[in-house]
Amino acid sequence: MSDTTSTDLPRQEGTLDHVLYVLRANPVTLIAFGMFAFLILSALFGPALVPYDPLATNASNALQPPSWAHWFGTDQIGRDVFSRVIVATRLDLTISVAAVAISFVVGSVLGCIAGYWGGWPDIILNRFLDTIMAFPLFVLAMGIVAALGNTVENIIYATAIINMPFYARLVRSEVNIRRDAGFVRAAKLAGNSDIRVLATQIFPNALPPMMVQVSLNLGWAILNAAGLSFIGLGVSPPTAEWGIMVAEGANFIVSGEWWLAVFPGLWLMFAVFTFNLLGDGLRDIVDPRKRT
Amino acid sequence: MLTSFPRLRAILLRLAQAIPVVIGVVVISFLLTRALPGDPAVYFAGVAADEASIEETRVAMGLDKSLPVQFVRYVGDLLQGDLGQSLSSGRPVATDLANRLPASLELTLTALILAVVIAVPLGILAATRPGTWVDHLCRVVVTAGVSLPTFFTGILLIYIFYYLMGIAPSPLGRLDFIYLSPDHVTGFYLIDAALMGDWETWRGAAKQLVLPAATLALFTLAPIARMTRAAMLTALSSDYIRTAKAAGLSNGTVLYRYAFRNSLLPVVTTLGMVFSFALGANVLVEKVFAWPGIGSYAVEALVVSDYAAVQGFVLAMALLFVALNLVIDLLYTTIDPRIGFGAQ
Repeated sequence: MSDTTSTDLPRQEGTLDHVLYVLRANPVTLIAFGMFAFLILSALFGPALVPYDPLATNASNALQPPSWAHWFGTDQIGRDVFSRVIVATRLDLTISVAAVAISFVVGSVLGCIAGYWGGWPDIILNRFLDTIMAFPLFVLAMGIVAALGNTVENIIYATAIINMPFYARLVRSEVNIRRDAGFVRAAKLAGNSDIRVLATQIFPNALPPMMVQVSLNLGWAILNAAGLSFIGLGVSPPTAEWGIMVAEGANFIVSGEWWLAVFPGLWLMFAVFTFNLLGDGLRDIVDPRKRT
Repeated sequence: MLTSFPRLRAILLRLAQAIPVVIGVVVISFLLTRALPGDPAVYFAGVAADEASIEETRVAMGLDKSLPVQFVRYVGDLLQGDLGQSLSSGRPVATDLANRLPASLELTLTALILAVVIAVPLGILAATRPGTWVDHLCRVVVTAGVSLPTFFTGILLIYIFYYLMGIAPSPLGRLDFIYLSPDHVTGFYLIDAALMGDWETWRGAAKQLVLPAATLALFTLAPIARMTRAAMLTALSSDYIRTAKAAGLSNGTVLYRYAFRNSLLPVVTTLGMVFSFALGANVLVEKVFAWPGIGSYAVEALVVSDYAAVQGFVLAMALLFVALNLVIDLLYTTIDPRIGFGAQ
């Protein structure tokens, strides 16, 4: 009896087994998933759960060091740093997720077109991507935000533009190597249109490496957005956002009020670290050979 | 004729490949200057401009002409080294950038040298002793290094070394007020002070440089160490290393003559990417340490909506980066004579 059940395992469980095996071999990935869940939960429920209003000022209670009442202390106008740090999670994650989503979609479409049909769209796309990559990317983002206007949406667009080449190149090469594969020809012979074959047969193959790229990219997008708001672009002061909180706290670090800048900075680091660990872990699951 | 000098031909070919990229960079920065929300003339005329002076700026900048004509004018100005006037300083942007560039280069180059000096041996050690504490240290440094926001590392270092320990000077620029800046020769304070033989000033400048350079180095260290380790691992597991070992060559010879030389190529490739990161991170580090380089110039210009200065900075950085990549590619032929650009 038991013999038949073990040989009848469907393929899905094989994949699941592999995932479990990788997770067991590398518990760090499991921790990364836990950290990721924590970030998502604080983005979703943080604003409802924090003890203080992130914008409420209290001049008599300004610049207090961390205590039981204010875990992360209070800032120069008496706002609770802990509440602000937690509330900021939503904005920071939104910016980076939106930016990465845009670059994912645009990059996929451009990469599919260039990789599948080749010819002049391919040449133009490659020239265009080369040009974007010829800029130091953070500097290009600064230039874009300066040109489009100083708003949160433009931070998202700028971050999306500088991330887009990575996706477009990845999809282009994944699509390109499969456009004459046997299963693609079979699908075409069965009467499917080019676009249908592209969308249902070829593109799904590019998804696993794309997921790794997304995860690594999210961390980078957060760093980038926080960097932009650190130099005063995008998010404007009363709003709680990690980069701008570090920037405001920096003025107090030389006089020893470390908690203003350190806690938002630590949270920022934590988020980026989570996405990097997650990316490395996903890569182990998707392609164990690429471990470095 | 060129076929008799394959090396020269390869170099010329690589130079030719840079041309479309430079054209692309110029087109994008042109579009960025013209994409300002609303009317660019209003921005370039300044805050206090009235109707007449806006119109004057429009004509002076050629903004009343069609886009292609504007582009030709823009390129013409660029060829003469004209990046427009900075509203905040009142000087030409190109002059401002040239004045401040040495400060940025001194910081970036010091940081990169520091990063390479630490990261390459770390990567080699990690690759030759996999699974030991060096390997784990390398892994921790690599993962932490890419997660650290540069501006936050800088602030932490200031807090620890300036406020708590009191061994670093106050994070305000390139030189403390008690020193006079050295005579301008290269613009690099360390070199200029050394040329003058003024070691007191040299020490002062070096002290100011340590923290920002360390901040930037911590950030650039990670990719270099990671790539060195990976490339060394690949090289060490290859057949020619086995042959070299079997032939009885000493460990040092195998490691440095054969394995390291072969893994240099991917490491140098990574350097190109690291430059891109470093030039971006430079902006943040300069803001944290009030370093008077072109990065903080751009940030100050952003604050007062001085767009000509910002776009001039973006263009200058892009051209600098293209030039750096060109130099790196040309280095390839020296490092690895097998590489011929003609074959690509």
